[in-house]
Amino acid sequence: MSTSKDDALRAINKPAAYGPDLDVNQYSRQPKNWEPCPISSLPKEILERILEVGVLPERENRAASFFQIDHSVIFRAVQSLFEDKVEIMSAREALEKYDWLKDYWWKIVSVDTDKYTALAELAWDQGYFIRIFEDQKVTMPLQACLFISTDNLNQNVHNIIIAEPGSEAQIITGCTLHSSVQRGLHVGITEFYVKEDAKLTFTMIHNWAQNFDSRPRSGALIEDNGVFISNYMCFKPLKSLQMYPVAYCRGVNARARFNTIIYGTGTSYIDVGSKIVLQNEGCRGEIISRAIATDEAQIYARGFLQGEHGNTKAHLECRGLILSDKAIIYAVPELMAKVQGAELSHEAAVGKIAEEQVQYLMARGFSRSEAEALIVRGFMDVSIFGLPKELEREIQRMIDITTERAL
Amino acid sequence: MVKCILEIQNLSVEVSGKRILNNVNLQIPEGEVHVLFGPNGSGKSSLIMALLGFPAYKIVSGRIIFKGIDITSLPTNERVKMGISVAFQNPPVIRGVKLGRILSYLMPDENKIGELLVKVKFPQSFLERDINLGFSGGEIKKSEILQVLAQNGDFIVLDEPDSGVDVENLRILGTIINDALHGRSALIITHLGVILQYINANMAHVLMNGTIVCSGSPVKILGQILNEGYAWCEKCPQVKTMRCEL
Repeated sequence: MSTSKDDALRAINKPAAYGPDLDVNQYSRQPKNWEPCPISSLPKEILERILEVGVLPERENRAASFFQIDHSVIFRAVQSLFEDKVEIMSAREALEKYDWLKDYWWKIVSVDTDKYTALAELAWDQGYFIRIFEDQKVTMPLQACLFISTDNLNQNVHNIIIAEPGSEAQIITGCTLHSSVQRGLHVGITEFYVKEDAKLTFTMIHNWAQNFDSRPRSGALIEDNGVFISNYMCFKPLKSLQMYPVAYCRGVNARARFNTIIYGTGTSYIDVGSKIVLQNEGCRGEIISRAIATDEAQIYARGFLQGEHGNTKAHLECRGLILSDKAIIYAVPELMAKVQGAELSHEAAVGKIAEEQVQYLMARGFSRSEAEALIVRGFMDVSIFGLPKELEREIQRMIDITTERAL
Repeated sequence: MVKCILEIQNLSVEVSGKRILNNVNLQIPEGEVHVLFGPNGSGKSSLIMALLGFPAYKIVSGRIIFKGIDITSLPTNERVKMGISVAFQNPPVIRGVKLGRILSYLMPDENKIGELLVKVKFPQSFLERDINLGFSGGEIKKSEILQVLAQNGDFIVLDEPDSGVDVENLRILGTIINDALHGRSALIITHLGVILQYINANMAHVLMNGTIVCSGSPVKILGQILNEGYAWCEKCPQVKTMRCEL
């Protein structure tokens, strides 16, 4: 039997199906060394950066926190109120602690998917393990931060999230870097296990730099009556980003939803898709994506719904707003039904800001630029995502901060 | 001499090279409420768009004087800030832009917005709705009136405030509009004149084929239109002289 390592070695030169092919050897494997410390005692510059991706320095407003800088885990703790509800630790620590964890490792995402998954196996730099215990409802969000402090660094994390039966939680993951970092490669493997009757809301916010590359690889497995909601946001320019997370609705009545908001600026090359596979009776899926392209950004907004079982239903809605003649939005919605009774639908629309809308707002007294900004912000309205109100407000606030600067 | 709040002089307007308004002359004295009648496609709404300065409505000749100032080449928002408030007939849906966001821009005092909501019988939750998305005919009219009230301009333009509205909502709207018109000047476009049951208008004009063909008493003109249709206007001998004193 071949090991993960063997599989990885065979895939180390395998380009990804989408996105620019990167030479993974051009990045450094020499991180800065960071000693464990509370998040709030990190340098001010870092604290400012993490706020933009939803990570809070204080422990009070998060049920649990995980913080990694470069290749070092500097903090991980569960707030005392939630100690019997959830556990959080580095992935390496978890693998040592739990023998059974190997049954969750590279089980949804294949190690030989491409050179990036291979890299995450062969040059693995931590990541986190989060488990929400059976029947526990964690009312406060958990947070994880993957931070890069060294220019041109390659960081490869592997995260495992397990929502045990009947549990419920929201996780916010922020990935960002120090202002001195211009280049680098982040590879993030995340495997989600949403068990019977569990509900997991996962929100990931990326803020990278102009010459930075990012290759997340995620997969979710949802069992009977489980609900998985994934929110992804990327507002800052970067060199290239390519990801195509998949959710497998394996159990009866399993539900998956992907919400994505991309704001492409500069010369960013962004190829982001979401895929839902409906594998059992009563499964439901929804993909909603919003892409805004300005300057010379190129955005590929993909979506794939695959119906493999009768009495399943899924919808894909992809809207793109193009704000510059040098930008490109390429919307690729795909549906594949393999059986009768798989009801799949999509709507896709790409266009510029409607003049009629601008004029309407100007007739209310807004200037042209105010009207356009209002329309663009409205386009990124997260209230359609069906998130808990508290989380919705928090995300909207982050969007407002980012777009205020961009517009 | 009576002071006019709005004076449209010899206005001709084109959209995509097609003439839609031809030599329109219209004077609305301060404090008066005027009504604009006209068959479908006669250019009534276009006159409003041109008044607001929407770029697609190209002014070929003529001038628009508002409060004594030539506003013909001003951008829309500057005209509006001078006191023109328009309730549109078919406003666009803008996803993600909440009615409440627009209202709070027009009227920063939250309590006053609350009062307006009560007036139009909108629940507070309506503020969280995307503007015009999934609004019923009556809700669109109410939302437009709400915004006009919040704008608080001294010249109000209502484009068919009575079309597609049920009896109950018509009564609400009629009362609100009548209140709003107190001490203000207005131009009200109406197709069937239903709104005239609720308001007192000083003068009516009939727009046909992009030209004002008749001006006079609102009640008399409406009566003729309801009895004989706009064909009556075409037959009217005085139309040719651009004036029919009734």
